[in-house]
Amino acid sequence: MTDDSRARILNRIAAALGRDSSAASSAAAASYAQIARDYRSANANSDRSIRDLFVERLHEYDAACTRVATPADLPAAIAATLAARRLATPAVASGVPREWLPEGCDFPAADSLSVHELDRVPGILTGCTVAIAETGSIVLQSGSGQGLRRHTLIPDFHLCVVLESQLVASVPLAFPRLVPDLPTTFISGPSATADIEMTRIRGVHGPRTLHVLLVAD
Amino acid sequence: MKPETTHWNRQDFPEAARKELAAKPSQDAPFAHSQTRRNVRNATEIIQAKRNAVVAELPEWQDLRAAGAAIRAHTLEHLDHYLLEFEANCTRHGGHVHWAADAAEARKLVLEILAPHAPREILKIKTMTSEEIGLNACLEEHGMHPLETDLAELIIQMGRDRPSHFVVPALHKSRGQIRDLFAREMHRPELSDEPEALAAAARDYLRQKFLSTRVAISGANFLLADTGGVCIVESEGNGRMCLTLPDVLITIVGIEKVLPSFQDLEVFLQTLPRSATGERMNPYNSIWSGTPGNDGPREFHVILLDNGRSPILADDESRQTLRCIRCAACLNTCPVYHQTGGHAYDSVYAGPIGAILTPQLHSMQAAQSLPYASSLCGACYEVCPVAINIPEVLIHLRGKIVEQQQSTVAGSLSLWNIAMKSAAFLMQDGSRLHAAVHLAQAAQRPLVSRNGFIEWLPGMLNGWTKTRDLPALPAESFRDWWRRTRSANSSLQPSAEQPSEPRHD
Ligand code: SF4
Repeated sequence: MTDDSRARILNRIAAALGRDSSAASSAAAASYAQIARDYRSANANSDRSIRDLFVERLHEYDAACTRVATPADLPAAIAATLAARRLATPAVASGVPREWLPEGCDFPAADSLSVHELDRVPGILTGCTVAIAETGSIVLQSGSGQGLRRHTLIPDFHLCVVLESQLVASVPLAFPRLVPDLPTTFISGPSATADIEMTRIRGVHGPRTLHVLLVAD
Repeated sequence: MKPETTHWNRQDFPEAARKELAAKPSQDAPFAHSQTRRNVRNATEIIQAKRNAVVAELPEWQDLRAAGAAIRAHTLEHLDHYLLEFEANCTRHGGHVHWAADAAEARKLVLEILAPHAPREILKIKTMTSEEIGLNACLEEHGMHPLETDLAELIIQMGRDRPSHFVVPALHKSRGQIRDLFAREMHRPELSDEPEALAAAARDYLRQKFLSTRVAISGANFLLADTGGVCIVESEGNGRMCLTLPDVLITIVGIEKVLPSFQDLEVFLQTLPRSATGERMNPYNSIWSGTPGNDGPREFHVILLDNGRSPILADDESRQTLRCIRCAACLNTCPVYHQTGGHAYDSVYAGPIGAILTPQLHSMQAAQSLPYASSLCGACYEVCPVAINIPEVLIHLRGKIVEQQQSTVAGSLSLWNIAMKSAAFLMQDGSRLHAAVHLAQAAQRPLVSRNGFIEWLPGMLNGWTKTRDLPALPAESFRDWWRRTRSANSSLQPSAEQPSEPRHD
């Protein structure tokens, strides 16, 4: 049935567009290249202001953010964040550099946990691929240091390390840094809903707390 | 009730609107309530204000809008090419692509895919195409329970209600109404009406289902031809749960939803959230291709749904309807939607876009009253992030409907047709019009009520006064006033000899 329907739909489309169904759309590439992309020339902010903008946006989403002076300060910053939140050791995404982690804590590897176990860990620690100042977004791609998609979804607390070199000003500047085929998640603040009287309520099914460590590198 | 088509009850808009605007529910309009209208107005005003603020922030907004319109228009012109490219790339990544010519085929495909898994419960993430093909009723008939996971959809499902908006489907419900519903359906009599408490109740209710249910059905915001990717935009995380945890995922999506390239998301991930919820970015966007190893379902199916879309491509003027990215900004800004809410459109697709999309999905054979459900004020076009000129399409479709009616013998002899021809005859000539106005001034006398309005007209004219009052014609017409005052003060007015008055006025 689906093969017949496939031919039927494709024929209907070609007929509606007034051409032969066998006509190859070699013209598509040429006409696609003509599309004006003037939005790309919008002014990028200076480095200093995009860092501040990113922090401001995170706060507007009710996410927390701590600035970290150098990568060497990360273990202390992570330990301090967990202590302030009175959290036990979170799980860690595979590929997170050993040097980031505080000494003496036993971080369970997220890869070894079942979904039910993920539901019981106090949180998850990951890095990211790129972060966007204008929209306060972090972008995770499946793999190195960023875990599988469920790892940053089921635990109630997400601690995310963003290096300043990963921060870009706007959405179009983020795309060249992404690998198109990988499972990708844009995260902008904690899970939320506006379905009840249009009030943004933090925390429905995803992590209710997002804490970003922004590291100068 | 088994909704077979996008146009649920085949009710005309004025009739449905009149029922919805009643202060109390009735058998025909079980959800009508003055509270409902207040909720709709509040919610749309809040989203609109937020949308305007975040759009004003981007100096390049009009460039984004132009690029969005151009990308979507280009895709539609080469739709077959991009669908085939999507199919090839999705398949290369381990996905299965199916084609459904209509709603019945889509339902049959879903049942065939589900058969070997025999699920009792199925997770669902907000999908309008599923609503369009009446999937929930079909699953229930076959002994499976679809569980809506989007907070608003859960509210609709528990209340046996209907969505009234496509971004916030339950915006017609207040927190008090939601509390009562959850307290009853989730057996939580202690629940408060704080939005946080209600969201937490939904989290508790669904968590174990997410962790244990093996099959999910979703819609999609975009398909990406060059990667075979699917993009889903959401807020709560229920989407991510459905897309990543079950073993089997079925995505049902209209054929028009494809974009040429992954990179085109750089436009739509800016314009969609700002237009839809007035946020710079919604909390979560998921993008994936096929079955990505251990990071997602083991079995992934995409059902490409035509169901009346392909014929719309044939009409150069109304093809733009299919550019829509379902942001609902046109609903939020529409003065008619503000008054009536979504249910009056009697369609899965409400508001200005619903008014042009619904009848076209039915080859103009149903929902013919919807293109008239607009004041043509143009606000919808202004806010549309893909610049669909909805007023232009509305007028074009009205023309088609009239042509359709005139093309039948009964139509050409209909009172409407005769009345329109007579009006044209009168208006072509000043003296004919003048005589007609005097005749009408005399004829209306018995109909004018004490407040100066005509509340009832006989015969076919009753269609007008059923839903509004008509101001009575004044005793003196403008033309009579002009003649009287001009001759009284001729030095300031053009004289009778000067041919400054257009001959046909
Ligand atoms: S027609 Fe335009 S404004 Fe309306 S929902 Fe579609 S994209 Fe949004």
